[in-house]
Amino acid sequence: MKSLKEVQDDVIEEFSMYDDWLDKYEYLIELGNGLEPFPDEFKTDDRLIKGCQSRVWLDTSVECGRLFFKADSDAVITKGIISLLVGVYSGREACEIASDDFSFVEKLGLRENLSPTRANGLASMIGTIRSTASKNCQK
Amino acid sequence: MNVSDFRNEFPELSETVYGKRLVYLDNAATSLRPQSVIGEWNEMSARYTANLHRAVHHIAEVATQKYEQARDAVREYINAGSREEIIFTSGTTASINLVAFSFGEAFVGPGDEIIVSEAEHHSNIVPWQMMCSRKGATLKVLPVDDQGHLRLDVLRELLNPRTRLVCVTQVSNVLGLTNPIKEIVNICHSIGCPVLADGAQGIVHSGVDVRDIDCDFYAFSGHKIYAAPGTGVLYGKKYYLDKMPPYMGGGEMISTVKWTGTSYADAPHKFEAGTQNISGTPTLVQALAVASETRSAELQKNMEEVVDYMLNALSSDSRFHLFGQPGGGYEKIPLFSFSVEHLHHEDLALILDKMGVAVRSGQMCAEPLMDRFGVTGMLRASFAPYNTVEEAKYLMSSLEKAIKMLDRK
Repeated sequence: MKSLKEVQDDVIEEFSMYDDWLDKYEYLIELGNGLEPFPDEFKTDDRLIKGCQSRVWLDTSVECGRLFFKADSDAVITKGIISLLVGVYSGREACEIASDDFSFVEKLGLRENLSPTRANGLASMIGTIRSTASKNCQK
Repeated sequence: MNVSDFRNEFPELSETVYGKRLVYLDNAATSLRPQSVIGEWNEMSARYTANLHRAVHHIAEVATQKYEQARDAVREYINAGSREEIIFTSGTTASINLVAFSFGEAFVGPGDEIIVSEAEHHSNIVPWQMMCSRKGATLKVLPVDDQGHLRLDVLRELLNPRTRLVCVTQVSNVLGLTNPIKEIVNICHSIGCPVLADGAQGIVHSGVDVRDIDCDFYAFSGHKIYAAPGTGVLYGKKYYLDKMPPYMGGGEMISTVKWTGTSYADAPHKFEAGTQNISGTPTLVQALAVASETRSAELQKNMEEVVDYMLNALSSDSRFHLFGQPGGGYEKIPLFSFSVEHLHHEDLALILDKMGVAVRSGQMCAEPLMDRFGVTGMLRASFAPYNTVEEAKYLMSSLEKAIKMLDRK
């Protein structure tokens, strides 16, 4: 299994292949459309992430110290972004996620190229993933 | 003045974003600033930084004159009866909060009622909720119909002797329709109830005559009508302003201050505590001059063409749903909130942004109205007199591309 850092570098490399922002969006839209279906009964308020202009749901499950994320959004580009996050972090050990600095998001250039409300949503998504990981990391 | 000359007054219109020419269609959020306003703003900062009304030295004198000249300019622009009825604030929100507090203290008690319309911006909802909870009063809601028109029949039912104030927007920042504010004032005045008109959008697209409308309070922001941000106006009839206690205590709002008690200055200074927007407020003079220029036949014709083009583009295609339909006396200002079938407003706005088009998406600070129409948000394109039909066409062709990108499932 690749390390978290390696997976992140792969994502950064893939994303940087697109020079034009519209191409990056095309890529995110495709990613979002390919996200594993999210059951409707999971779309509850406690899974809803605050601070997004679009609605984002994040479901977390824990198996043997590993975190598994499922997510959905009613907006396609946001869905692509969470799909990136899910792809990188889902199935990883809680402690590995908890010790990550999440700087790969900056390297993707997503934060500064999204509207502040959207950046807030991204920060909330990361915050939720990070705090869930910390809670489940017993060291 | 033609549109191209007018555009030249706004330096930001020649900006590019992501390598594309900026098409700024978020004017309902804030307008761009013309050179004359930027010039005055700079000059006030560079040459006349002095506090107002206090000192006898030369630059304070000039700064005070400029500030007070802005009061005269506003009085003239909205045709208020006297300059004492013009209070400077930081914007529409501050103006409404001032009334909510000071009018509330003077005129509202337990069991009283306030009416707001369903089409209000949060700034004309939340201050009243706060005031009602403070005073034990009840907030009643005047609904809109499916067209976005106010239910005046319901207004007549809601009004009663306990209604202390009716607060309604002149033009909704979502629906872009001119509300029959004069008729509303007539209805309310017939039972002696005063009216506050939120003019944040209304002031921009037509001349306003507060004495003709006869509203008791009129609030607007400078930044939506080309002036510096952090400037705003509250017009209030002298009768009410004289009876309302100050909103904030501090410098320049007093008559005498003693340990045994303080007496206050008269309006408007009673409501202008603390250091004011020294360099910003004077720009209202230049801003309102620019706003007057937009009433020229040529610029008006340009706006009408934009409205006709957009109404036609959004109504003739079943994928679009336009909120706020003109008709029955409701005129459309060049502000269009709409949804696109199956697609999320945020996705569309993000893609449009990368094509150089600045539009608004989301709830637009009007969550109750979003609930009324059963949507989580809308896409809004709001035009100013410097926008052109060509830009409207670019918006629609960019939107078409965005739809193609998103609809490929």
